[in-house]
Amino acid sequence: MTLCFETAVSLATKLRDREITSVELTQAFLDRIERLNDQLGIYLSVRGEAALAEAAQIDRRRESGDELGPLAGMPIAVKDVLCTEGELTTCGSKMLEEFKPPYDATVVARIKQAGAIILGKLNMDEFAMGSSTENSAFGPTRNPWDTDRIPGGSSGGSAACIAASLAPLAIGTDTGGSIRQPASLCGVTGLKPTYGRVSRYGLVAFASSLDQVGPLAKTAEDAALLLEVIAGHDDADSTSANVPVPEYSQSVSQPLENLRIGLVREHFGEGLDAETEAAVREAIRVYESLGASVEEISMPHSKYGIATYYIIAPSEASSNLARYDGVHYGRRCDEKAMLAELEQERQELIAAGKQDEANRLDSPLVRMYRQTRAEGFGAEVKRRIMLGAYALSAGYYDAYYLKALKVRRLIRQDYDAAFEKVDLIAGPVTPATAYKIGEKADDPLSMYLGDLYTVTTNLAGVAGISIPAGFDAANLPIGLQLQAPPMQEERLLRAAHMFQQATDWHTKQPELA
Amino acid sequence: MSLERKDVEWVSLLARLRLSEGELEKMTQQLGQIVEYVEQLGELNTDDVEPMAHAIELSNVLVDDTARPSLERNAALANAPKHDDECYRVPAVLGD
Repeated sequence: MTLCFETAVSLATKLRDREITSVELTQAFLDRIERLNDQLGIYLSVRGEAALAEAAQIDRRRESGDELGPLAGMPIAVKDVLCTEGELTTCGSKMLEEFKPPYDATVVARIKQAGAIILGKLNMDEFAMGSSTENSAFGPTRNPWDTDRIPGGSSGGSAACIAASLAPLAIGTDTGGSIRQPASLCGVTGLKPTYGRVSRYGLVAFASSLDQVGPLAKTAEDAALLLEVIAGHDDADSTSANVPVPEYSQSVSQPLENLRIGLVREHFGEGLDAETEAAVREAIRVYESLGASVEEISMPHSKYGIATYYIIAPSEASSNLARYDGVHYGRRCDEKAMLAELEQERQELIAAGKQDEANRLDSPLVRMYRQTRAEGFGAEVKRRIMLGAYALSAGYYDAYYLKALKVRRLIRQDYDAAFEKVDLIAGPVTPATAYKIGEKADDPLSMYLGDLYTVTTNLAGVAGISIPAGFDAANLPIGLQLQAPPMQEERLLRAAHMFQQATDWHTKQPELA
Repeated sequence: MSLERKDVEWVSLLARLRLSEGELEKMTQQLGQIVEYVEQLGELNTDDVEPMAHAIELSNVLVDDTARPSLERNAALANAPKHDDECYRVPAVLGD
């Protein structure tokens, strides 16, 4: 069982040196999942036998001296928003409760190709919409550091999975902070690559101009190992960048010299919890002690990030989620009941002499769409679809959507100007540590406002990472966010590794019964 | 500008969502709050700013026009809630 607490880099060495077998390692994680998953709600599906069979095959190939990939025999867990061929991909939604995709996402194909053993699929906010993993149709994920609290979201299952040592590596996705925020709240390392660094093919779309897949792990070295496998151009995703992928796992251990770090003045204002601020400032001092220079910078449009994001992301979502129509895949409402109800409505209106209203009733097809979507989607997804449909509707498009796209450029220009002066931007990931499950469930705006430090990274299309930087008085993890210019994941990983060489926050484990 | 219940009803049709009385009520209040919040963007003068729809502003990506294997029909139909051997099945579109 102690194997479960080791880093992926250490496990990879042990596998390569035949100190352990993949079957042993996979079994150790499956046993731990069996023991803890009911209590934590991290995995939505576990592959058990299939995973062990693949592990046994890798072990046999290793015995016979085959050339194996960099993750050969390494267990890994995948957020349930990436397609896995023939195996359930629910997106945390009743709509896709029984959906078995006909193909693998490119990221899934690449980790399989590298020899990784997929343990199962991870819980998430429905269609990746939310910051708490409370919006899963299959129950919330709990924070391993305090099971009454949220793990963050939407990749809450992925972050909690690493924190609870239920896999050495996990795949998450980040549209407005969905890797970094849960990584911060669960005390693990989570990297959002630059838009275009990792293929989105087979990633079930939320907001296509913002979504990005990335690694969650115990250390920057582990994240480097996984990013190297999943990054790179893909013919099936024309928005994936056709640029070389550095050997992150080799370069991660090289410290950065003469590092210039920028602190965004606007990120240290009102609303930032005092303990979080203290931990972040202490982390900056660690960088200073390692030779970095620190200067204050201004990003005057960062305060408009939330407003911009919560127009653009729901607009794209309302369009992307139009595909759940009860026709092509997923569930459909009970057609007989739906038609009977519609007919009854018509009769009642006619009997009441309201012929006009009866004529305006939904057609059977439209009612089928509306009823199916009413039953299949949860409250947060409905809210975002409505918000997006409103922002895109005739008469409001210019005032909301177009306006937000213009402010998006101003936000990007703030980043461009900042990166003229500094190599990295450092600051908080979240305004405070994890809150209690249910605390913000009925107050969506207040949940949205918690994303203020992370959404601008996606809007601008730059890269960001969250690394463990301390704990508050209640022993809840606090993260440090680093952001780098487009395609500079290597810089983020090296900087994160420097920090993890100088501190031990990332080695802390929650106590789980 | 405040959001009214009839706007929410209209948008629920555009969005192909059927909302209960309770949901309409709550949605009007919650969306109203969010819309009020996002209206702060109006403070900014963006007259000379080009909209930015994408983080990587790519030009067209062209590929050779060659036939490649695609998803088999039965695989494409497999996840449909209602289908026959060739088609997706839906409620009658034309009236009686």
